[in-house]
Amino acid sequence: MTQPALCRSCLTPFPGGAPARCPACRSPRVIRHAELFDLTIAHMDCDAFYASVEKRDNPELADKPVIIGGGKRGVVSTACYIARIKGVRSAMPMFQALKLCPEAVIVRPRMAAYAEASRAIRAMMEDLTPAIEPLSMDEAFMDLTGTTRLHGAPPAVMLAKLVARMQSELGLSGSIGLSHNKFLAKVASDLDKPKGFSVIGKAETDSFLHDKPLGMIWGVGPAFQSSLEAAGLRTFADLKRWDRKDLAARFGSSGDRLWHLARGEDNRRVERNSRAKSISNETTFNTDTADTELLDGHIWRLSEKVADSCKAKGTAGRTVTLKLKRADFKLISRRTSLRDATQIADKIYRTARDLFEGEIASGPFRLIGVGLSDLCPEDQADLSGDLLDPDATRRAKAERATDKIRDRFGKDAILKGRALR
Amino acid sequence: MKISIERNALLRAVSQAQSVVERRNTIPILSNVLIEAEGDSASFRATDLDIEVVDKATAMVERAGATTVAAVTLHEIVRKLPDGAQVKLTDDGASGRLTVEAGRSNFSLATLPKEDFPVMATSEYTANFSAPAPMLRRLFDKSKFAISTEETRYYLNGVFMHVAEESGGQVLRCVATDGHRLARIDADLPDGAATMPGVIVPRKTVGELRKLLDDDDMQVAVSVSESKVRFATPEITLTSKVIDGTFPDYTRVIPAGNTRKLEVDAAEFAKAVDRVATVSSERSRAVKLVLDEDRLVLSVNAPDSGNAEEELVVAYGDEPLEIGFNAKYLLEIAGQVDKENAVFMFNSSGDPTLMREGNDTSAVYVVMPMRV
Repeated sequence: MTQPALCRSCLTPFPGGAPARCPACRSPRVIRHAELFDLTIAHMDCDAFYASVEKRDNPELADKPVIIGGGKRGVVSTACYIARIKGVRSAMPMFQALKLCPEAVIVRPRMAAYAEASRAIRAMMEDLTPAIEPLSMDEAFMDLTGTTRLHGAPPAVMLAKLVARMQSELGLSGSIGLSHNKFLAKVASDLDKPKGFSVIGKAETDSFLHDKPLGMIWGVGPAFQSSLEAAGLRTFADLKRWDRKDLAARFGSSGDRLWHLARGEDNRRVERNSRAKSISNETTFNTDTADTELLDGHIWRLSEKVADSCKAKGTAGRTVTLKLKRADFKLISRRTSLRDATQIADKIYRTARDLFEGEIASGPFRLIGVGLSDLCPEDQADLSGDLLDPDATRRAKAERATDKIRDRFGKDAILKGRALR
Repeated sequence: MKISIERNALLRAVSQAQSVVERRNTIPILSNVLIEAEGDSASFRATDLDIEVVDKATAMVERAGATTVAAVTLHEIVRKLPDGAQVKLTDDGASGRLTVEAGRSNFSLATLPKEDFPVMATSEYTANFSAPAPMLRRLFDKSKFAISTEETRYYLNGVFMHVAEESGGQVLRCVATDGHRLARIDADLPDGAATMPGVIVPRKTVGELRKLLDDDDMQVAVSVSESKVRFATPEITLTSKVIDGTFPDYTRVIPAGNTRKLEVDAAEFAKAVDRVATVSSERSRAVKLVLDEDRLVLSVNAPDSGNAEEELVVAYGDEPLEIGFNAKYLLEIAGQVDKENAVFMFNSSGDPTLMREGNDTSAVYVVMPMRV
């Protein structure tokens, strides 16, 4: 009973411990942990983020199972907790989700609304610490080391306050994982979702990990997991028995990382603003297609989206990637590097189109994507024309002029003919 | 097979072979060199299925025969043998090994059957002619820097060798471009070349060809068909497939109406460009040229690392002009000039610029400016 405790309802800390119900507000939401006020690395993960935003903005959806995703052939990007009870999971093909939960309401993603909510949450996190590493729109690591005096309260209190603020000011809930490194913080945030607050202290790290499956490690997907299993590695206990050298020999650079993780060690820092490495966009078709005209239209629209996103971010890229998924789910990825970085949709489109030429025969396809990587600031891009394509400069100028018109009159004010294919 | 061959002759033959062999091969036989011994010579043949090289060397043939052995390994061994050593290659046919003996060194190498070795099909050549090595050297050396590496524009991944009409009659011409710069090099048309089809000689072939052209007195036999090209000296025969594609119409790329003429000492110019470019580490470093009455100011402005400026005395009589170029492209083009003066012909800061050596129009370069 002498474990430090914190009431998540009234945010009162009890360094000397507390009974099951908070003595101050009678709430049962009391967390206790020996290291509660000493741990500083946190992971915040919003609960069913997209679905929660939708339910907040449209109260009619509140009691219904909601799935966020696009079209019949798309995949589930988020399912609310009601739909999850039926077995719906993110990344599940939509037809399968609808089979499990036919009464689900499917909502097309509204990225702009999610981005706005994400910015608001981000601003709240900024009040806690400058050391924030966002992993996506709805989750981030925070390092609160050394902030206790600043806030007049230990990290655990500030984190409980953060989720309380998210709930009251934004109507969104989140789960917190608090530990002594990023790996364990991320694992912790997932332990008691939704509206969770989990703590993994140094003392119980070993016993906690012992029988946990290695699939829990962020970055260990089904493929890596099966190659681990082939080596007889299923749990952290299995992993811990292996020699450091043997792990490195068998799994290369991941081997060393596994050795550390087996001991609950992870010395990666919370990196602020790890910059985007690529910008891409893709679409899954309602029915598989080999129609070159139709695919051409998609390549154009995707290239335009990538270019728009580059222009909005003031960035450009040197490598164009074309991604195709065949009807049999085989993924084809083709890339080429440009001499000059670009953010011009026309250039991205033409390059992707050239890459597509070589793959036409591999169709029909169920998915197509266009991406730009090897990014650089826009002032280093599109600096020179093409001797063999003198019209390219003129087309780029036309694109810039079109952009200005669209800025004033809306996205659909001017469209290319091929955008309608 | 049992032969004895002088180390230097063997090294030359094997090094030509191993440079054609692709380092990463999924087909084992393609890593090998085919050795064939007959009469008083041995030939060493290697291929990557697109290029085939056969190098003949004088050898004492005790027992004629043929076998194949890993090209890179054999090359490494011969390279490490002492200069002047006599090397014995023996293949008894039964053990499946080739022994390499020199002095007290003895090696035994795994072989693959000679029957498995893919020999390139012979071709009907539509044109056969003889060209002096220095001429071919100039044609390819001065154009190869402009070869594109962009795989999607595969038809630019080589030098376009063809017969062209010039005011003085027909010429043998090599053109390469990557869309940012272009090189057009002419030479007198050799007898028998007029019937030659235009072919795109791949980058790798251009590199291999260069090794045949070091001897100033050498005459190279050139054979060309629609699909293949062959270069042969008495020792080495290099056969290559050509790129199956259409080289773009480059004639409309070469500006004819540029009137603003700059004349500059080529070596001084190249050094100055190199110096000012030092301050920037960006991949596409831009050099700005500001031209005014007989004065050229070169400058580089890299906001993160610094800026540089250098002034040159030049011959320029037109209106003031500001134009930017990629430093690397400018350096490469300036580096092609053998004569004292480089002549630049500008139009505006957005149009392609032409460069030639003095008044010689047999080597013309075009470079695209960049925004500065």
